[in-house]
Amino acid sequence: MYTEKVMDHFTNPRNVGEIENADGAGQVGNPSCGDIMKITLKVEDNIIKDIKFKTFGCGAAVATSSMVTEMALGKTIDEALQITNKAVAEALEGLPPAKMHCSNLAADALKAAIEDYQKKQNA
Amino acid sequence: MRKVYFDHSATTPVDPAVAEEMLKYLTEHYGNPSSIHAFGREARKAVEKARQQVATAIGASSVGEISFAGTGTEADNMAIRGVAYANRQKGNHIITSAAEHSAVLNCCKQLEREGFTVTVLPLDKYGRVTAQQVADAITDKTILITIMHANNEIGTIMPIREISEVARARKIIFHTDAVQSVGKIPVNVDELGVDLLTLSGHKIYGPKGIGAMYIRKGTFWQPILFGGGQERRRRPGTENVAGIVGLGKAIELATQNMHVEAERLAKYRDRIFKEVMEKIPNTILTGHPEQRLPGHVSFCFRFIEGESMLLMLDMKGIAISSGSACTSGSLEPSHVLTAIGLTKEVAHGSLRLTMGRINTEEDVEYFLEALPPIIERLRAMSPLGEGCNPCACSTCTIHDEDHHDHGELSEDEY
Repeated sequence: MYTEKVMDHFTNPRNVGEIENADGAGQVGNPSCGDIMKITLKVEDNIIKDIKFKTFGCGAAVATSSMVTEMALGKTIDEALQITNKAVAEALEGLPPAKMHCSNLAADALKAAIEDYQKKQNA
Repeated sequence: MRKVYFDHSATTPVDPAVAEEMLKYLTEHYGNPSSIHAFGREARKAVEKARQQVATAIGASSVGEISFAGTGTEADNMAIRGVAYANRQKGNHIITSAAEHSAVLNCCKQLEREGFTVTVLPLDKYGRVTAQQVADAITDKTILITIMHANNEIGTIMPIREISEVARARKIIFHTDAVQSVGKIPVNVDELGVDLLTLSGHKIYGPKGIGAMYIRKGTFWQPILFGGGQERRRRPGTENVAGIVGLGKAIELATQNMHVEAERLAKYRDRIFKEVMEKIPNTILTGHPEQRLPGHVSFCFRFIEGESMLLMLDMKGIAISSGSACTSGSLEPSHVLTAIGLTKEVAHGSLRLTMGRINTEEDVEYFLEALPPIIERLRAMSPLGEGCNPCACSTCTIHDEDHHDHGELSEDEY
């Protein structure tokens, strides 16, 4: 039911973990739905220099989290904000229809982390 | 890589002896049991032999009390709808439990839409209902009580005998779904005191696509399908002869070897429980620790999600199942796990392992070695953890807007 790409990211997830003293952190999802994603960022000169994720969820949740970190790493903040949940799913060569809503939240987590970073910048 | 099948409550392999019996009725004795000629008579003989095998296995006093059906689900529908409609002059109230398989629960829900009233009894923390609960729920409109014998998800065995005493005293028809218990623990219709009992072929090393309904002589019931006169008009349609033959042989074999097999599997089960509970913290044993099916093991592992566990075990060649939302095809985790009082978060981390004939001690050891690193790996990947209430995380952005009680999640969320 999952593509090879999803299984690759599930089996060998990229950028797992949590950055200490992160410049931005964002968490989306809810334990009662079975999916929580947390992303932490390090930003230098408006570029995402480091990004890590932690996820509670199914195979699709892990794979989308891993994929979004790969997509965002090295991008400028503006570029990273352009990443959508749909783009993440496409980069994984598709997700089962049932997973499109419940487990495809990784871009939202990234956005939440960037917003947290921006809030801290403006503070 | 080693392959370990630990999903016998989902389905079982067909016993080679069963397959051999069946094959003859596909290629050689292909007659229609309703035909009068020799071909038909050969098939009829086989169907009636299987009926006797089922009757003997469950202690029915007459073969006429056994009807074959398409599946376990169909048999449940026949039993429940058949009693409901035949008795609707007497009343419209049905009592069932929150532990039931969807074949029973959704059948009752449909009857509710058709004007019946259904009481779904809540479960204790082990997944049981008591005879007292049933007695308290009975009204003068109650026409049917349907409570499963053993639960598919958490393995708990219900006190069917005690419940049947209540049903009998109040003269209410009592059905039990014995799909998970037949062939694994003693099932005798008189000892259980049931009026109807349903079972399925593919859970007991028989083929898929065959079920059966036991109906005690004198039980007021009407058919739900209409057509030819097969199965004493209880289930019209040309008989699935090979399937019926397979079910007959399978139930005979399963009951013959039951005690030895149950003892063997219970030993595996208890070893897994002991070692997993010792080795892996934040683990919840689901279902009753003793009053449960012999080969049935179920847990919830906190902070992680079931499908991820399932996929990782699958990569090790181990086939298990989970009651997480992701594996059920809906957004909701298992209704049984939430009915025994687990939060949805915990229910998402469920794992069920059901052992059977093909499993060995080596399989158990292989699993016990494979599991802890998988749990550890997924927990390391999880933002949840001991002392980390997801709602209390400073970085959590979502819980500010949709706040709820910490830890306890209300039923209607999402």
